[in-house]
Amino acid sequence: MSGPATIFDKPKDYIGKSIPRSDAARLLRGQGRYVDDMQLPRMVNAVFLRSPYAHAKINSIDVSKATQATGVIAVYTGKDIARHVEPYIGVLSHLPGLRSPAQYPLAVDVARWQGEPVAVIVCTSRALGEDALELINISYEQLPAVTDTLDALSSESPLIHNQYDSNLAWKREVEAGNLEEAFAKDDVIIVEKQIKFGRHTGVTLETRATVCDYIPGDDELIMYYAGQAPHMLQFILAKHLDMLEENVRVVAHDVGGSFGIKVHTYGDEIATAIIAKLLRRPVKFTADRLESFVTDIHARDHVVDAKIGVRKDGSIVGMGFNDFTGIGPFSMYPRTSAIECNQILNLTGAPYQFEHYHAVGNVVFQNKTLMCQYRAVGHPIAMAISDCMLEEAARVIGMDPVQIRRKNLIPDDAYPTKSATGMRFDDLSHHACLDKLLTIMDYDALLADQAKNRDNGIYRGIGFVSLVEVTNPSPMFYGIGGAPIASQDGATVRLDAAGALHVSSSVTEQGQGTNAILQQIAADVFGVAIERVKVTTGDTKTVPYGGGTWASRGAGIGGEAMLLASHALKEQVLDVAAVILQAKPEELDIAHGEVVMKDTGEQKISLGDLAKIVYYRGNELPNDLQPELIATRHYRVTDFPFVFTNGAMAAHVEVDTNTGFIKILHFWAVEDCGRVINPQLVDDQIRGGVVQGIGGALYEECVYDKDGQMQNATMADYLVPMASEMPEITVAHVETYTKTSILGAKGAGEAGTGGAPAALMNAVNNALAPLDCGMWQMPMTPERVLRALGKIG
Amino acid sequence: MTKTSQIVVTVNGEKYVEDVPVRMNLADFLRTKLGLTGTHVGCEHGVCGACTLFLDGVTARSCLTLAVQADGAEITTIEGFETDKNASDLIKNFHNRNALQCGYCTPGMLATSIEYIEQGNPADREKVKEHISGNYCRCTGYQAIVDAICTTIEERQG
Repeated sequence: MSGPATIFDKPKDYIGKSIPRSDAARLLRGQGRYVDDMQLPRMVNAVFLRSPYAHAKINSIDVSKATQATGVIAVYTGKDIARHVEPYIGVLSHLPGLRSPAQYPLAVDVARWQGEPVAVIVCTSRALGEDALELINISYEQLPAVTDTLDALSSESPLIHNQYDSNLAWKREVEAGNLEEAFAKDDVIIVEKQIKFGRHTGVTLETRATVCDYIPGDDELIMYYAGQAPHMLQFILAKHLDMLEENVRVVAHDVGGSFGIKVHTYGDEIATAIIAKLLRRPVKFTADRLESFVTDIHARDHVVDAKIGVRKDGSIVGMGFNDFTGIGPFSMYPRTSAIECNQILNLTGAPYQFEHYHAVGNVVFQNKTLMCQYRAVGHPIAMAISDCMLEEAARVIGMDPVQIRRKNLIPDDAYPTKSATGMRFDDLSHHACLDKLLTIMDYDALLADQAKNRDNGIYRGIGFVSLVEVTNPSPMFYGIGGAPIASQDGATVRLDAAGALHVSSSVTEQGQGTNAILQQIAADVFGVAIERVKVTTGDTKTVPYGGGTWASRGAGIGGEAMLLASHALKEQVLDVAAVILQAKPEELDIAHGEVVMKDTGEQKISLGDLAKIVYYRGNELPNDLQPELIATRHYRVTDFPFVFTNGAMAAHVEVDTNTGFIKILHFWAVEDCGRVINPQLVDDQIRGGVVQGIGGALYEECVYDKDGQMQNATMADYLVPMASEMPEITVAHVETYTKTSILGAKGAGEAGTGGAPAALMNAVNNALAPLDCGMWQMPMTPERVLRALGKIG
Repeated sequence: MTKTSQIVVTVNGEKYVEDVPVRMNLADFLRTKLGLTGTHVGCEHGVCGACTLFLDGVTARSCLTLAVQADGAEITTIEGFETDKNASDLIKNFHNRNALQCGYCTPGMLATSIEYIEQGNPADREKVKEHISGNYCRCTGYQAIVDAICTTIEERQG
């Protein structure tokens, strides 16, 4: 057999090894190419004036003084920009009932959140542009701000959009079995809690940035951007700026972190493209940190009324909840702001076997920054609802949290199977992950330590989570709903005349190591030294068409396309070699840049020599042989809506009952992401993800006052996890390959962020259990801990 | 507001004489006037640490330093760490241990790490964490960075 299915019959040189990323060498020497590093001839800067109010009518804008200021080239109001763009609407057809009005890049008549752009100055320097901003005179009429998610739904609430009868954007209900009837039975113990999840945001260290250039002779718009999905943005720019798609080029070089923040359509970036077209010159916009805090999408912001019913033996009868989530004044385009809620409805309880489920999701408009998909979309909420309620139920019936999981987790031999909500699962390993977790953390020793310390008034807690993670999305995720978001990805592999491999892919790199794993796969499957593989990603002009990097799809989908393309090129090269060597293709193989005899390993011809015959001395080949030495393959997930990854995690914390501070003593994560292509990269993805989860659980919150003013929009006031508070994180793996691909890889990027918050809340509640109180609000700040302890009012 | 002043600085061993707006910060000066874009700006208020570099041998936040304040100074940026700070072993260990992902915090993280090592501090994980706790990294979770710094110290101690 020689098909790609046999690729893993032999040991691999690179796949499965912790090879350092080759592109890190550049970044370590200050040679990154981030957007703000770019200087183009005649480049000018776009500087935005933003609404200081959360909700205000714009009566008039006087830009006459600003236009005269030093360095100012042009000034545009929201109305000016609106003339050059088709507005966008953040709805998808597979989320029936979702409503959101047409949105323009800049506010036109009404500003609906603090930070919404209302005017833009184009200036020779950012500093001069900021001077000129002060000369724009706007007459605002402040309108009542709608800030609280629950109040927003009351009939008394002011409306954010007058054409709607309420501030509700979307509502969905999911029902399986009959929860109400099941919970009415005598043997069911019901636990109810309200769980609150604060608003936080991505805080990518590189802020959003774009340089847009327009070349009139070609009618070509080039957008360099710090983003994740170049082809999606190409479509959006073409559609809304009324251009031919082929005349729009989107390029993402090095990106300083993204985490979902940089996969959306932002008005200031679209306006920058419009201005480049109008002025026919390059225009740069780089958000400053204040702009990032009030315009980058925010995440979470949920109030959930949850209940779980269990029997005395710990078996789950059912789960139910009502989720209210605030999304700001619009649903974000084009992915919508309803996906997180939808994920919560789909994923809650997914690791467990139970019959009855009743979940309601309410997506609500408010006058705050837009909320949309951020790393681990919906996962931290879904995992906290099921696992924190489960551990609470375990406490009520006096059962160990591990035992109650063992009782309810879907057995590892039950796949393929479906959840109560209809999610289809295959190749999962909840029990194996839990077993491994208990081994690496030494649970029994921690329990002994906990008991000993409690006697001394030290409150330590151990908390778990069993999680699923949505990765490798198929067209069922966005494409089916009409979004211009490719679910398939492509890879092209080309042999050059020197015997080196040039590969390109439509998945993108933001630091997670996409380029590195593509390089590993191509080198291994084709048979060259990894140093001879050059990777190109992030440019719509040169890479195959595809979705980019989001929802942990880079390795699983982009990697499989690269495997298929590399294998196809290998077969092509062996066909040529067979002619040159007068052998049969199946007798030959490629190893370390040489065509070799498969059985003896004897070197027959180097790839460079073979390529030179093809490219330079084609006369030596038969006339009917015209080798291309290039192959492209595309891949999409076909049998499932997405490929689920699973894992188990545990946190060990100490709660200082005098100060309310929570110290994380250690964190453990066991992940089953299928085949691990580069263990070091995967482990650090998980660690980084866990730390983002810790951020949301303990520190990070966008604090708003009742007028919709964000109170902590600086990095001095908004707390992010820093090194001194972070625990050591032990990572281990179970590898159950997904059968949906040859590579067998599932995503790993969401797990830490999706799972850590529930594990931490469980650990804190485990610590506080002897004090008869609990924490049900994230972030679990010292103040909230002291409040829960009754030490402050 | 556009008043300028002439400054003389030595950056990574190379001398520059430049007219700069008096309100321009050192990070913007290096990035836009000298094209040394390895120094990154993350917050512009001295909190994230990305812009950290060496100013006359001491770490400084270049977003909180005006370019005119650097007149006469010797500056070492990430572009010079390998040669002027003899940090090739630290850079190698950052690379091998994957102590960076997006690379945006890396200039400041390296500067702070070099300072810790140069001061003769031990390969003590808690002390390293404390020392780098003024440098924000959103990607790694910090563990790999602490590993790389400790490995470098241990290797230097033989």
